[in-house]
Amino acid sequence: MSMSGIAIATQRLDLFYGDFQALTAIDLQVPEREVTALIGPSGCGKSTLLRVFNRMNDLIDGVRVSGRVLVGDEDIYAPGADLLRLREKVGMVFQRPNPFPLTVFDNIAFGLAVHKLAPRREYDMIVEQALRDVLLWDDLKDKLQRSALTLSLEQQQRLCIARVLPLKPQVLLMDEPCSALDPIATLHIEELMQKLKQEYTIVIVTHNMQQAARASDRTGFMYLGKLIEFGTTARIFTQPAQELTENYISGRFG
Amino acid sequence: MSREHFQNMLREVEHELVSMGEMVVAAIDRSVQALKHVDKAEAEAIIAADAAINCKRWDIENKCVQLFATQQPVAGDLREIVSFMDLVSNLERMADHAKGIAKIVVMHDQTPLLKPLIDIPRMAEKAGAMIRKSLHAFITQDVAAAKAIIEMDNEVDALYEQIFRELLTYMMEDPRTITRAVYLIWVSHNLERIADRVTNICERIIFMVTGEICGN
Repeated sequence: MSMSGIAIATQRLDLFYGDFQALTAIDLQVPEREVTALIGPSGCGKSTLLRVFNRMNDLIDGVRVSGRVLVGDEDIYAPGADLLRLREKVGMVFQRPNPFPLTVFDNIAFGLAVHKLAPRREYDMIVEQALRDVLLWDDLKDKLQRSALTLSLEQQQRLCIARVLPLKPQVLLMDEPCSALDPIATLHIEELMQKLKQEYTIVIVTHNMQQAARASDRTGFMYLGKLIEFGTTARIFTQPAQELTENYISGRFG
Repeated sequence: MSREHFQNMLREVEHELVSMGEMVVAAIDRSVQALKHVDKAEAEAIIAADAAINCKRWDIENKCVQLFATQQPVAGDLREIVSFMDLVSNLERMADHAKGIAKIVVMHDQTPLLKPLIDIPRMAEKAGAMIRKSLHAFITQDVAAAKAIIEMDNEVDALYEQIFRELLTYMMEDPRTITRAVYLIWVSHNLERIADRVTNICERIIFMVTGEICGN
């Protein structure tokens, strides 16, 4: 956690996939313990930007990044940055729930073992707390040895969020976390985000504008790799400063 | 559990609305007290304090606009937020009537009241009670109570008529009383309008709960 109340900051961030420039001069400050939503039409760079924050893009050939990206006070693209440590600090939840084909219990214990975060005798307690944090404990406390793949999609997605929490991340990145869920499950996950933001900074990418409006405190609108506008969600959805933003959020294009 | 966050935001606006209602009741009460004592300084203070009520109104409206923009309210939630907006504008107008009474106090300058106040404080008390009851009915979504409060308006109207007739006799007896008699008629007219606005709130409660717009 930084002194400034800013969880993530980018400065003149450019990103290229080979010759293609996917992000241009992004200056963004994500406040701590808020939900920040990135919206924009397909291909605008919002998922690319999200993946910058835990260097997931490194896995793609020909990616080049310039500018600075600070998570807390740490420049995550500085030479010698510790990737394992970064991904502890910045957890990620994906579009389709992707639990490991293990039991509910082991899905959460897995990260503890990999990162050697706690002695085994504490696992029971940590698993319980993680499941409580995502409001799954009451449903699953008697089913901890079941395969996670037998859960409903919503429960699987909650489990995927729970799985990240014992690593004590500072930031949770969520890439379209509700697009595989039905509308009611979607609202449940949004409600969960409101609860989690009391302890975590959340950045969510969504193509569902209404979701950004409902569930976020700040919204960034992206278009053709640029951050067109960033501000409180209340302002963006009532008085956007840019015509492009207004046209997008009122459904005139995209 | 569903949309708890949104429900909390609705309750928050509701809470602010009630506190605005209390501000309005206080303004009415103060204005009639100021009249009773022809207290010009107090009247000026009431006129100045109206700005705070206006601010509160815009603040609540702004929150409602944000809820429309961000929460996509439908059905009962939609009717509730529409009702919030309607209530604040009615409450704000009531405060203007209280300010109107304070202005009449200022007009009196150094001249004493035409007569001791009897029915005007009664009217004010009834109007204030109607506001409080209507806000309670709003929070408890009590349609029966809302309908009963609409009936109370008849009592206020009757008092208004009584005051009007009484002052008419003063004016007929002695035309030099006309100015001060008209001042008091204006005061009672302000109070009568306040009670009318409470009936608007009550009709809005019926709309909020049942979805029906009640015409007369």
